[in-house]
Amino acid sequence: MVLNMGPQHPSTHGVLRVLLELDGENVVTSDPDIGYLHTGIEKSCEDKTYSQAITLTDRMDYLNPLGNNLVYCLAVEKLLGLEVPKRAQYIRVMLVELQRISSHLVWLGTHALDMGAMSLMLYCFREREEILKIFERFAGQRMMTSFIRIGGLALEPPAGWREMVKRFLEMMPPRVDEYEGLLTENRIWQGRLKGIGYLSPEQLIALSTTGPGLRAAGVAFDNRKAFPYSSYEEFDFNVPTRTESDCYARYLVRVLELRESLKIVRQAMDKITDQGPFKADAPGIIPPPREKMKTEMEALIYHFKIFTEGFSPPPGEAYVAVESPRGELGCFVASDGSPKPLRVHFRAPSFVNLQALPFMIKGQLIADVVACIGTIDIVLGDVDR
Amino acid sequence: MSNVTQLVDAKANVVVQQLRNWNARAVSQVIEYHGQTTLVVPKELLRNTALQCRDNPALNFNLLSDVTCVDRFPFEPRLELNYQMISIPRTARISLRTSVSAQQPFVDSLMPVWPGANWLEREVFDLFGIHFEGHTDLRRLLLPEGFVGFPLRRDFPTEGQR
Repeated sequence: MVLNMGPQHPSTHGVLRVLLELDGENVVTSDPDIGYLHTGIEKSCEDKTYSQAITLTDRMDYLNPLGNNLVYCLAVEKLLGLEVPKRAQYIRVMLVELQRISSHLVWLGTHALDMGAMSLMLYCFREREEILKIFERFAGQRMMTSFIRIGGLALEPPAGWREMVKRFLEMMPPRVDEYEGLLTENRIWQGRLKGIGYLSPEQLIALSTTGPGLRAAGVAFDNRKAFPYSSYEEFDFNVPTRTESDCYARYLVRVLELRESLKIVRQAMDKITDQGPFKADAPGIIPPPREKMKTEMEALIYHFKIFTEGFSPPPGEAYVAVESPRGELGCFVASDGSPKPLRVHFRAPSFVNLQALPFMIKGQLIADVVACIGTIDIVLGDVDR
Repeated sequence: MSNVTQLVDAKANVVVQQLRNWNARAVSQVIEYHGQTTLVVPKELLRNTALQCRDNPALNFNLLSDVTCVDRFPFEPRLELNYQMISIPRTARISLRTSVSAQQPFVDSLMPVWPGANWLEREVFDLFGIHFEGHTDLRRLLLPEGFVGFPLRRDFPTEGQR
């Protein structure tokens, strides 16, 4: 019997359609059908200047908008050969790690909700509110911040940000202990997740899986350590791995990653100085400060040229990959010397990781399909773009 | 853009040497840009070069990260495929590049080399119309089945066709 786990389903985490061929309660084969959230972001980027396209990148992986901004800006900065000042890099790291924490909180809350541990969801979202308040203080926006721009950041960090982040860092560890206390040793949680969705590390690598799914199989591959970007080599953190490669191992890896991110945020907060540049100094590319624009002629001309025509990177291609909460998020930008990109492509981790789903659920029960979809941690905006 | 083999990235030097030792025609051009290395491979040698990259223990590129296409219209050959590969044991990255024309958009599929090429190639087929020979399940992925046209080609308007 072929059953349609349709695009409208509370447990598919978005508009994902999975066609399940069943033998009783067991899955024989399955076929994910995606594209319900395809908005043509890559095509739209070709019609916009390099700076205008940043707002489009927010909307792909909507639980990690700062990460998307970062990967796109790093790729364009590579095309330009632009060096970002250290202070801006540290602020970027802090914000991206806060984004990672918020993404893992959503994952934990919704995954627990799918498995029946319904009370956890609002606890996770309550903590996420604090992170969104921090983003709102920085950028004016809770989610689609577009705060990371080419050459640095959009604005100077706001007054009083240290107190907010410090309060968050003090509040968070006991809360994470609370979630673990509810789930980790819980017999129902272990019964639902242990031994489910096993794939060997060789299979995962052959299927191009990256991120917590690969780290739960014992392969310690994390882009922040392997190919450091944006000053990550100066930070001290671990890359948690497990070996069982089942849903329970992926849960443990993500919770440990959440704790490691808290460490990174604290280190970044200590490294960020109160004075200093928040964006690079590149006159034809990065807009001048508004005070200068209103008083100096050259600044006014640069401002005008940047916002009407845009800057033109030299012809070439650049591929940069960062570690998003879901795996390797890559951005391939090709320039033909015009102010608009020739091609922007995003290597979306959810898209690539999702092709492992049919292999994961082969022979399992329907209830395990829900566990496996949750454990891959897909965001449909990332899958479809 | 030149045939230099003294690249900034020492690991990429190894790749070029090993591939050229295996087959002198494997790497027709080496492009270096800000520390990134791209190897241009002739279309007919693509799958065997990929097998070399995966199986040669000095190269060991075990993960295929991304398959992208760039439409270089009006330059011919128009559709340029870029493959991003990672060697997890060696902590190295490399890119392969090959080009096809829109009149003959056929390339060997890399599914026999890395099964993860499945959806990556389906997406390129869906949006650019490149046919991957040897792909077990080449059908549209992101767009609806009955969709006509290949939207990410440069001659397809952004707003769509009415």
